[in-house]
Amino acid sequence: MAVTTEAIGIPAPRVRRRWSDLFGPDIDGYGFILPAAIIMICLVVYPFCLAVYFSMSDAWIGAENTHFIGLENFIYILTEDDIFRQTVRNTILFAVFSVLFKVIFGIAGALLLMHVTKLKRLIRGAILIPFVAPTALTTLGWWLIFDPTYSQLNWFLQNVWPFSAMGLGPYQYLGDPNLALASVIFVNIWRGLPFFIITIFAGLMAIPPSLYEAADIDGATGSQKFWRITLPLLRPVLAVIILFSTIFTLADFNIVFVLTRGGPMNSTHLFATYSFMTGIGNREIGLGAAISLFLFPLLFIIVIIQLRLVRKDAVYELS
Amino acid sequence: MSSPDIALPAAPVARRAAPAAGSKVRINPTPPWQKRKRLATYAGVLPYVAFAVFPLYLMAVTSFKTTAEINDFSQSPFWVSGVTLSNYVYLAEKTNYFESWMLNTIIVSVVTTLISVSVGSLAAYALARLRFRGVEMFGVAVFITYLVPQTLLFLPLVDVINWIDQFIPIRDTYWVLIITYPTFLIPFVTWLLMGYFRTIPYEVEECAYVDGCGRLRALFRIVMPMAMPGLICAVLFSFTLSWNEFLYSLVFIQDQFAKTLSVGVFTELIRGDIYYWGSLMAACFAGTIPIVVLYAFFMDYYTSGLTAGAIK
Repeated sequence: MAVTTEAIGIPAPRVRRRWSDLFGPDIDGYGFILPAAIIMICLVVYPFCLAVYFSMSDAWIGAENTHFIGLENFIYILTEDDIFRQTVRNTILFAVFSVLFKVIFGIAGALLLMHVTKLKRLIRGAILIPFVAPTALTTLGWWLIFDPTYSQLNWFLQNVWPFSAMGLGPYQYLGDPNLALASVIFVNIWRGLPFFIITIFAGLMAIPPSLYEAADIDGATGSQKFWRITLPLLRPVLAVIILFSTIFTLADFNIVFVLTRGGPMNSTHLFATYSFMTGIGNREIGLGAAISLFLFPLLFIIVIIQLRLVRKDAVYELS
Repeated sequence: MSSPDIALPAAPVARRAAPAAGSKVRINPTPPWQKRKRLATYAGVLPYVAFAVFPLYLMAVTSFKTTAEINDFSQSPFWVSGVTLSNYVYLAEKTNYFESWMLNTIIVSVVTTLISVSVGSLAAYALARLRFRGVEMFGVAVFITYLVPQTLLFLPLVDVINWIDQFIPIRDTYWVLIITYPTFLIPFVTWLLMGYFRTIPYEVEECAYVDGCGRLRALFRIVMPMAMPGLICAVLFSFTLSWNEFLYSLVFIQDQFAKTLSVGVFTELIRGDIYYWGSLMAACFAGTIPIVVLYAFFMDYYTSGLTAGAIK
């Protein structure tokens, strides 16, 4: 272009550099994200960096000045801290069992919901309640259910036939280390199950009925239809909710803190409660931050898998 | 199912042979296998419903019992024989902080919801529609902050709050919560609304531009009204999440009167080794009911929000 115009003798038009070349056509977009970005930087990004710094210092609440001590906190946690080892074990058991049961009962519940025709709204509404109700308060309700003397569960086991004849209980649900972990997992399942049921239900609705009709014509049995059609088509939905649920189960705080505060004998401590106990209870912020940071690599891996899945769009077409 | 005196055309009636007018004999009733299947379905669903409602039910029942009845182990704990409001009266009259917890919770939830939804919807619109350098990166950052749990942030935030406290006294007031709750609400709202904004066809907005609308005007007059279901959903979820929040409120507020419901009930109403189950359960029930009622009215929004964004 320029060559030809010069050849004719007309000066080449000056190419004006526009802001839009540098920042894209919608410069006002920065204005739209500015408030969110400021809040995120000040209250998420900065605190996160601070957490990383704390984890490498001997900071404690009320200290005049803190010193950089490198990886000492991490080395201490990994080599000398028995409670931390216990915490890792608890967290793995907690996450694996609660997610596993949520998946199994979630699929079963969603399949059942598919066949519900009457009282549909009422039933679906009731099932979702644990998810919307304030966790700390409903967990206090569970606390009563698990209380050694007032436990309705023990009362039920001891006074209602056939359990009364079996001589079961009374159990110290929150007093025995193994039972306490089981109880905490149980309450976590109670709270998380609705999310699984409703999301899997939406995933089931998205499966075209024609597939089942075709299978019927071919003479497929119910279980064949489940393993060959339902489950493979649910896979993307399952992948997303399992990852989501794993993150929030790993980082769970409320249920454990309200029910057991990590006890008895640290058998229910998760990263969150242990880091709370160290950082706030013992005032050792540096050590507490280091403990909670052990969550980060786990989260990071999950987030990366998740981003890949979400990008594949298929998952989000179900709504 | 089909009543003979209303003339219903086609669909529902056509499935079965229509009964002759006046005849009481139903031809072709529901086949027994279908009945059995239906029975099996409801028998399977029942445990789910019972399991979900069980703790709330016990909470309610216990809250209406007298202390004597709670301590009476000879009768079934699953039912209340002498209904009493004494536990609620106790909360209202004998404790001077229960109302202030309720009030704090309402104020914090309303204000944080307003902040988060307005800030988040602007960001969501930019992410869904506008093209500028760094927008993709911002989207990923929002997603990551959405998934960074409070567990990682509460310790350093103590320090940040202490620093702010030097200039503006916010420590031990609900202002701390108003500042910190948006950190988990904004990413969530942004993520949720981004999906909604994407479903609105760009052509509609384009028409507004052709007619001489500016971007902001198009956003508020065209896009926002069309994304109303999404906005309602975002408001409901933000409100619920901040009403239910526990960790930040527990860590940042020590003052008895400045606490929110879920923390106050937990830290102040459990006194010593003797548990006052009646008033404790009454407080739990009173704190749960507003959210459950809200949910009962807007159930469809909750469900759509759940499946659209996949939430905690």
